[in-house]
Formats: sequence, structure tokens, C-alpha cells
Amino acid sequence: MTSQPTVVLIGNPNTGKTTLFNALTGLSQRTGNFPGVTVEKKVGTLDLGHLRLDLIDLPGTYSLAANSPDEIVATDVLLGQQEGTTPPDLVIVVADASNLERNLYLTTQVLECSLPVILVLNMYDLAVADGLEINTDLLSRELGCQVVPVIANKGEGINELQETIEQCLEKDPSVFHLQLGAPVEDGIHQLLNFFNDCSDQLIAPIHRVEVLRLLIDEGGIVEQRLLEIFGEPLDSHLNQIRQKISEEGTDLLLVEPETRYQKIGEIIKICVNRKQENLDLTVSDRVDRFLTHPLGGTMAFLVLMAVVFQAIYKWAVPLMDLIDGSFGWLGDLVSLLIPEGAIQSLIVDGVIAGVGGVAIFLPQIVILFGFIAVLEDCGYMARAAFLMDRLMSWAGLSGKSFVPMLSSFACAIPGVMATRVIENRRDRFTTILVAPLMSCSARLPVYTIMIAAFIPAKPVLGFFGLQGITLLAMYMIGVVVAIPVAWLFKKTILRGETPPFVMEMPPYKIPDLKTIILRMLDRGKQFLVDAGTIIFATTVLIWGLLYYPRPQSISDQYDQKAAEIQSQTLSQDKREEQLNTNSKAEAGAFLRQSVLGRLGKFIEPVVKPLGWDWKVGIAVIASFPAREVVVATLGIIYNLGSEESEESENLRQKMRNATWDDDLNQKVFTPIVALSVMVFFALCAQCAATLAVIKRETGSWKWPVFTFSYMTILAYCAALITYQIGNLLI
Amino acid sequence: MTLDQLNIGEKAKVTGYCRENPQILRRILEMGLVRGTEVEVARFSPMGDPMEIAVKGYLLSVRLSEASLIEIDSY
Repeated sequence: MTSQPTVVLIGNPNTGKTTLFNALTGLSQRTGNFPGVTVEKKVGTLDLGHLRLDLIDLPGTYSLAANSPDEIVATDVLLGQQEGTTPPDLVIVVADASNLERNLYLTTQVLECSLPVILVLNMYDLAVADGLEINTDLLSRELGCQVVPVIANKGEGINELQETIEQCLEKDPSVFHLQLGAPVEDGIHQLLNFFNDCSDQLIAPIHRVEVLRLLIDEGGIVEQRLLEIFGEPLDSHLNQIRQKISEEGTDLLLVEPETRYQKIGEIIKICVNRKQENLDLTVSDRVDRFLTHPLGGTMAFLVLMAVVFQAIYKWAVPLMDLIDGSFGWLGDLVSLLIPEGAIQSLIVDGVIAGVGGVAIFLPQIVILFGFIAVLEDCGYMARAAFLMDRLMSWAGLSGKSFVPMLSSFACAIPGVMATRVIENRRDRFTTILVAPLMSCSARLPVYTIMIAAFIPAKPVLGFFGLQGITLLAMYMIGVVVAIPVAWLFKKTILRGETPPFVMEMPPYKIPDLKTIILRMLDRGKQFLVDAGTIIFATTVLIWGLLYYPRPQSISDQYDQKAAEIQSQTLSQDKREEQLNTNSKAEAGAFLRQSVLGRLGKFIEPVVKPLGWDWKVGIAVIASFPAREVVVATLGIIYNLGSEESEESENLRQKMRNATWDDDLNQKVFTPIVALSVMVFFALCAQCAATLAVIKRETGSWKWPVFTFSYMTILAYCAALITYQIGNLLI
Repeated sequence: MTLDQLNIGEKAKVTGYCRENPQILRRILEMGLVRGTEVEVARFSPMGDPMEIAVKGYLLSVRLSEASLIEIDSY
């Protein structure tokens, strides 16, 4: 792509790596995915005045032993094996200065990759406050790399780091090497010889680090990959070597961590001086005593989640209305400028309505990601997972799935995007698959109109109303169904070992404003660009199916009627009213002729067991781009024009009066049919935006197709059961 | 004795492991719970699981099922 030198940033999670990345690159960053995997790749430009560098932010990782997709990518990039990424010219390891011992684990692993390395000791001020004295010169000598203390969120040490980067680009690669004892070293040597003998089968010469991972991580990714290339000869060779090592008394599982931590212990002893043993409770610990307290902590958690939920559910509404209003106004304006016809309808009902339908989700996404960024950056997210882990384990998930699931009650789109905090792929995908079952705000219009029109306002158990209880039931149904569904997915298609919940609880800190704002903007942009295109295309497609064909005979017939009305002697109001009714009837007639209208007739036998007639059927199909569209579609279908809202008394009345085509005495809608429609909408995946986001987040069409299929089948069966059993009971 | 059997505030030293799940054990080891390491139980989640322990100067949460893989000598 460019000939600019590449610098990569690697480090443990919670070390302020992103803050440092932002401090070094500012607004020049762009986000994407590493090819072939759904691991986020962030690249920025590091401007050193006369020299510009590409800075790649690798996902946070504790080790190069590739357990998760994030760690695989990190290792691949370091060893120059990641597709589409040039081998780095320099590596910056970010370590938390106040938690040096564990951070040096990854650091020493990176130092073995034969690349020039700079170690950044971030949050240096916290280490000083903890009474730690780090001798950076000694540390630099022990590790054989440059060491730079930095306070990234205050911008301190950034200039020094930039100077060091420039110096180190010319430096020799690091030569740090951890001796793992004769048996292991022998084994590595033998394997290196094996690969040398058949190096023609490898794209790049194999590195010692890779051989080490192959030998030590039994059943790991490196082993799987290399066995694919070398097959049986490597397999038997490897087993032989492993057997010999264990016969010589070395435990392959323990040897690396124990030797490494022993070495790190020695380094710490030389370079770090703890001025006083910190016996006082730290501020973080005091906060934790409250925030993870059985009562106080649970209360604080519930209040916080209520605020988050309220924010996406309610506070976003004025902004959403504003966006909705602007697009409505734009549509009206364009209607005035362009003469009536296919082009006007395409632009107004297709393009403008389509773009508007995408943009309307922006406030919710940006607000939710603001909250998530704050909660993550200050360290609370780990506590939320700690509190909720047990509860989520009933569905076979971990505590990390809680926030995405809760967010999905407001809107599944930010919910699905929020699953990125879950490192384990199976957990993440399971969460993505069930998140759309949560009753989002777009279902509310459907519930509202159905309940208002068909559920009697009878009191139940004294002060509860039947209408309110129905609404609550609709919200509950998603949760009740999601638990067994998630459990089932974890047992079948996404089966695998339970991922560990071995999770660091980082110290609380003040969140970095720049990091939060950049994250909000970035997520909003990703949604608009990637999901927006798909949603837009779907909307235009559905528009086309509803608009075409338009036989001339229908418009002639209604034009003639309009002319008749004009010629009659009527008051101004009466005339307007009749003309209006006429044009609505015309819209209805066109709809019946459209591709979708005919399709509705065609599928009537399928939806009849649910108690629906063909009109409800096409309203459901037409609401594929977004559930709330069903209200407008019902409006069109019942000849009311498209300007319907859920408060509309007229639409309610028309729906109440609607009868079956073949039996004019039989009403279409009964309370049971209304329930069947609501249950269908509670469980179906009628939301192109969600499906588009699932495609984006999973990197494949397979998952949105699967989500749509299983949810539609589920929704159909549930609606069928509701209608059939309901009819038996009444 | 295993780590999950400790109470809040109790300290112990890691002595060995149960090998039934190498994948999880590998992560436990990387996080610093190597033999000879001192651990202290900081707290339990309100629902009793997971637990939070102090190790190598930082806090780590583990499920009880994971803690039961770690053999300890309590002080």
C-alpha cells in the first residue's frame, strides 16, 4: 500500500494502549478489519515532522500463545504473517507501570520476535503514587530495549517517545531470549531442523517463536495450521519430541509460564524498588467494596443500567424525531419539486425514506457507545461482567454478554456492535444471534397499535390493566425464548469448551474524553457506511416491489372518478375530502396490483393458520426493512394513504372493521389474531439494519441468513401456537 | 485444598493444578498463577460466583469452577 515504515502497538488490555494510540495519531486513524477475521484493525499516521509512519493498534492481549482470534492476529502481525499487513519495522509494547510483573510476560514474549522494540511504561504517575520506584535504565539494560515512561492521558512523555521511535527505527532487532532448559531447547532445535529440510513448503522462513508455540501449545492454532501443511510426518515428529521432553522431567504446560515469571521476578528485583508496602486500602479497592457489594453493588448496577437503557430508549428520541422530521421535510420538498410519478416515488419513498431509515438509528448508536466507552475506560465494565456472570451462565454465556443484551432492548443494532467486548468467538456469536430477540423500541409501535385496537382495557388483579400486561408479556417473551435458544446454540452449532472467565479487574480511573469521543464517532461512521448501504438497497427493493407494476387502467379509472367529483357541485371541504378518499383508494388499488400484493395473495395459505388474511401477510413482508414500517403498510393496505401513525384513530377503526375477502361477515382481527401478529413481531427478524450489522460484525452472510431463518421459523411457530391455542380457549 | 474453598481475606500459596482443562489452565498460568505465587481472596460476586483474587499486585476474577483447578496451601 505505502512504503511508509510500519510501527505496531501491542500490550495487555487496560494498559491505556488506545489512549496512547490516540495521543500519537490524533484524527488520522481509520478502522477496518484484518482480512479474513473479525478482528478490528486500527491504523493511524504517526507524524514525526520529516517522517511519517503507519501505526497499527493491535488488539489487547495477555500472551502470544494464540488462544483467541485477537491473539492469533497479534502473533501473525509480529511475525509478518498477517495477510495485507507488512512486517513491522518497530514494535511498541505498552505496559501498565503500576502492574509491571504481569505486563512483562507479554513484553518478554514480544522481545523474542527479533524486532526492534520500545517498552512504554504507561500510567507512570499511578506507579509513583503506589510507591514504586522503577529504574528505567536498569530495566532497559535487562531487557535489551528502550524504555520510555509515559502518562498518555496527560500527554506526558509523548515527545520523548516520538524521539525514541525515530532513533529505534534504525536500531538492531531485540535479542532477548528466555532459556527454557535443555530438553525444550533441544526439541525446538530438532523442529527447526525439520522445517529447514522442507522449507520449500513454507511461504516465509519459520521463526523460533512460532516453533516454540507449536511445541508448547498442544492443540493450539499454530499446531493446527502447520499440521495442515506438513501432515503426518510433522505430527509423529512432534509427538516424539513431546514425549521425550516429558520423559526428561519437563512439564510442557508449566515450563514457559514458570520460567518466564521466574525471570521476570529477577528483573523486577533488580529494577523496581517498592518504597513502602502499600497497606492502606487504595481508592479503587474502596470503590469496589461498594460497587461489588451484594446490596449496594447490585443497586448501583441496576440504577446504572436503568440510566443507560433510558438514554437509548428515551433520550435519543428528540434527536431521532429531528432526523425523522428532517427527512420527512426533505421528502415533502422533493415531492413539490419533482412531478408525480415513478421518479418522484423512487426518490421520496425509496431513496429519502431509505436513507432516513438508516440515519434514524444514529443517535441510539452514538449514545450507547458513549456509555460503553465511559464504562469500559473507567473500569466498570469488568465489574458489570463480574456481577452478572452467574446469571448469564444459565444461558451458557458469560457476564460479558450482559451489556450487549440489555442494549438490544433499546435497539439490536448497537447491541450487536457492543458484542466486541466478548473475546470468545462462540460466546460472541451466540450473543449476536439472540440479541435481536430482545424487544427493541421498533417493536413498540406494532404493539401499541395492536393493543390499542384489539386488547380490551379490562382491569386484571385489581390495578393491573389487561393492555399493560399484554405489553409486558410481549417484552418478556423475547427474554424467555432467548435463554433456551442461546443454550441450544452453545450446545450445537457454536459448541466448544466453556471459555475461561479469567478476567482482570483493572483499577478504576477517570475516563479519557478524547478516547470516548473518537470511539463514538468511529462507531457511528462504521454503521452509516457499512450497514447503511445494505439497508438502503433493501429499502429500495421493497419500494420497487410495492410500486410496480402500475397498470394504466387503474389510474384512468380513478382519474375519471376524480373528474366526476370535480364536476359535482360540492362545498370546498366536501370536495377535498372526497378527492382525498379517492386518491387513497387509488393507492390501495395499485398496491393490490403490485408484485408484493400478488405475492401476498399467493402466500395466504401459509399465513392463514396464523389467523391472518393476505393483507396482513404483505404488511409483514413489506416490513422486512424495519418492523415499524408495518404500521405505514397497514395504512396503505387499508386504503388510508401512507401518512399513518400509531396514534391514528382512523387506522384502528379501519382495522377493526376489516373483513375477510371471501366472507364479509367475518372480521379479520380478533384479540387472538392481534396477539398472533404481536407474537410474530416479537420474535421475527424483520429488520434489515440488524441483519446488515450482523453481516458486518461476523464478516459473513451466513450468520444474518441463519438469524433471519431461525427467528422467522420461531416467530411463525409461536404465532401459530398463539392463534390455535387461543381459539381453543375462547 | 483448592482455591475456590478459601474465604474472603484468606491467603494461600499456589502449589499445583488439576489437569482436566489445559486450555483454561494455560490462561490461568499466563495471568501469573504459577506455583509459589501468593494469592488472597478479595471478594465474591453477590451471587456467590465468580470470585476475585489479588495476585502479583493486581485483581483477577475467576469462576469457582476455574479456581477449583488450582491447588493451594493456605496460610
